[in-house]
Amino acid sequence: MLELREVTKRFGRVLANDRVSLGVRSGTIHAIVGENGAGKSTAMRIAYGFYRADQGSISIDGRIVEIRNPHDAIAAGIGMVHQHFMLIDTMTVTENIVLGAEPGGVALDLERAGARVRELSSAFGLAIDPKARIEDLSVGQQQRVELLKALYREASILILDEPTAVLTPQEVQELFAILRSMRDQGKTIVIITHKLSEVLALSDEVTVMRDGRVVGRRITRETTAADLARLMVGREVLLRVEKGPASPGEPVLEVRDLRVTAQDGSPRVDGVSFEVRRGEIVGVAGVEGNGQTELVEAIAGLVHRGRVAGSIRFAGREIAGASPRERRELGIAHVPEDRHRRGLILELDLRENSILGVHDRPELSRAGGLLDRRAILEKTTRILTAFDVRPPDPELPARALSGGNQQKLVIGRELDAGPRLVLVAQPTRGVDIGAIEFIHGKLIELRDAGCAVLLVSAELEEVTSLSDRLLVLREGTIAGLVDPASTPTETIGLMMTGGAKRGMK
Amino acid sequence: MRKTLGRAAVPLLAIAAAFALGAIIVVLIGDDPVETYRLLIGSALSWPDGIGYTLFYATPLIFTGLAVALALHAGLLNIGAEGQLYVGAFAAAWVGIVLAGLSPWVLVPLAMFAAAAAGGAWGAVPGWLKARFGAHEVINTIMMNFIAVALTSYFTQYHFKEAGDPIMQTGPIGEGARIARLGGFIPGLPERIPLNVSFLIAIAACIAVSIFLWRTRWGYSLRATGANPAAAEYGGIRTGRQIIIAMTLSGALAGMVGIGEVLGYRYRFYDGFSAGYGFTGIAVALLARRSPLGVFLAALLFGALLRGGLFVDIFTEKVSKDLVLVLQAIIIIFVASAAGFRLPFTGSSKGEGKV
Repeated sequence: MLELREVTKRFGRVLANDRVSLGVRSGTIHAIVGENGAGKSTAMRIAYGFYRADQGSISIDGRIVEIRNPHDAIAAGIGMVHQHFMLIDTMTVTENIVLGAEPGGVALDLERAGARVRELSSAFGLAIDPKARIEDLSVGQQQRVELLKALYREASILILDEPTAVLTPQEVQELFAILRSMRDQGKTIVIITHKLSEVLALSDEVTVMRDGRVVGRRITRETTAADLARLMVGREVLLRVEKGPASPGEPVLEVRDLRVTAQDGSPRVDGVSFEVRRGEIVGVAGVEGNGQTELVEAIAGLVHRGRVAGSIRFAGREIAGASPRERRELGIAHVPEDRHRRGLILELDLRENSILGVHDRPELSRAGGLLDRRAILEKTTRILTAFDVRPPDPELPARALSGGNQQKLVIGRELDAGPRLVLVAQPTRGVDIGAIEFIHGKLIELRDAGCAVLLVSAELEEVTSLSDRLLVLREGTIAGLVDPASTPTETIGLMMTGGAKRGMK
Repeated sequence: MRKTLGRAAVPLLAIAAAFALGAIIVVLIGDDPVETYRLLIGSALSWPDGIGYTLFYATPLIFTGLAVALALHAGLLNIGAEGQLYVGAFAAAWVGIVLAGLSPWVLVPLAMFAAAAAGGAWGAVPGWLKARFGAHEVINTIMMNFIAVALTSYFTQYHFKEAGDPIMQTGPIGEGARIARLGGFIPGLPERIPLNVSFLIAIAACIAVSIFLWRTRWGYSLRATGANPAAAEYGGIRTGRQIIIAMTLSGALAGMVGIGEVLGYRYRFYDGFSAGYGFTGIAVALLARRSPLGVFLAALLFGALLRGGLFVDIFTEKVSKDLVLVLQAIIIIFVASAAGFRLPFTGSSKGEGKV
């Protein structure tokens, strides 16, 4: 049994963990859920020795243990699999696994280590070849190497931080099977997540956190998604997207035989054709890295012209050669997939972020190139109010907002320009449930107001529930165009990974 | 107000720490720190000579500090202010010599413009190289420094030196190209002190840069490019063009050092006149944390240290004016490390700590 007792941790002024007490019973799968910033990762990083708690204690099987660093944690039998893998691409599985725990004396006995890795791999159904190179493995397999790393160090308690974020639906199923088999063989599993469907499908018990505190504990069999969501957010939450049928009009965006190459010349988008009409949401599903990013950036004009071929027509006009600014002026808005990299300038304040992309429009300027500060403040206040950005202080740097509020600011800014086409990439990534509900509602509203929406998301549930038509992208080509309402998730998942190809009429 | 105080905390602490460490060094050398500092500060703030010379020494540092600060706002480190100011000063002298017969009303503005334009052109080259080829501006501005120093030296020696003059300097500029010394306007300030109108121009430049950066859409584009080029590009800003604009403006500000040096002080181009103003400008901009008001204050401090250092050199037994360099260096080390120390905490890693 792993227990945290009254653990408190501050980062500057932020109270990340406020007297957190939680118990994980041995031989169970325990989910820790909460919104971003609820403190779940912090609590587990304390258990793994990444951070030291300001107050409180950790005990294993009733004995208090001192965990000052990950070394202590490993010695105490705790292993952790991070969201971002810590593997060396050019080395083999075994080499990665023994790194830092090399067997034998001076000479490195890779043979013996390899045998042990093979043994562990088959015991838990991991199906990993110890001699394979990391760079040749899929993301799901790399994650299993991380699991093996912990098992090799004889961890009996395994902590997984958002393990499904990077996986395809099939890989998620495989991972869950592996975790269940580990539990059945006596291991203790802690999984940090914010996806309620996973909690319900996998865990035995749940601890819910909000604002750095534990707000509830449940036996998974005795709870519901609505109950957990209410605990996480602190109010009733609408979990299903409510939308009426679409009434699409004329095509706004027509893409014909679009090809985008990477800097090294390899194809990223390879002959893609589709259209988006007024008043509909066209979704793009696919495993990340299958050309979604390049597709959206090419339409937004952010890919160097030499790397784009084919036709992009907006409202009947060819725009493939237009600059990003010209495209914006025509009425194309873009919610980028990475708000920190593209969507916001974190060190600038909310006013300055509210005018990104429209800063040289006449309504925001006065004579002599001076910015009209009053008009900018009005615009900012309008966005902050309409999109419920908190705290609504125009002078705060964008950095000071939580992920959900940053995203609402970006979406608010893009929609405030009155676009005819919106490119939306990963609109709810790293965003809490309350904000997800809000953002989904806004996208439907936008569609119903006659806007054309192209929606890219790695969350299959999100694209299927919001889209009116769904493109499946695989290796830069369209693997299928389906009706998301009538197509089973498994079928879409197969298209994403190369199992089936199907069309919709 | 509290915000301004908060921003000034690190520089003020750095200055205090530097003086404390400096005192220890003075003791170790075997002199009296109290007496040394009394000399340093007293001679820098005496009226009229101390203040007059402090402001005079501060003037070029305001220009170069602004130059470096403006480039930093665009995410560029301009190490080339030194070369830009040489080219600017030479251009001012050239106009002053070649067009000596013109009316002062035409000649003075023309010479001033030449200083800014030449410095700007010198800055634009590495800017263009960066925008077009991605060549690093640090390398290229350093290289441009060598070229500037060598070229102005060459033209001075072979084309503009008066026959028989043993000093490496050009002939004098026309009377009509001179700008006034402030001594003529401020009661009690003698005209022998070379503090001149360029000091007022430097103050105006601080205000202008402030307005440009925070109140105009061009300044917005420039800062957006510096703070996050990918986001600026996404917002329709042509980042390559911003880099060229920033380097040109930066170079122009550095070139304006020539206004005070040539038109207001020596009335000719004097080879090797700069005491590393371009490089001290980097220190000024760092201490100022890129703020134009901060540049003004930091330049005053460094000007005062330069002035006071001379007296420390003469009137103490063991301490030399190098103490000033030590103080400057310690200040910058503190400011730079404080900025570095903050980075992990101001980054996106708060609370949850997920990337």
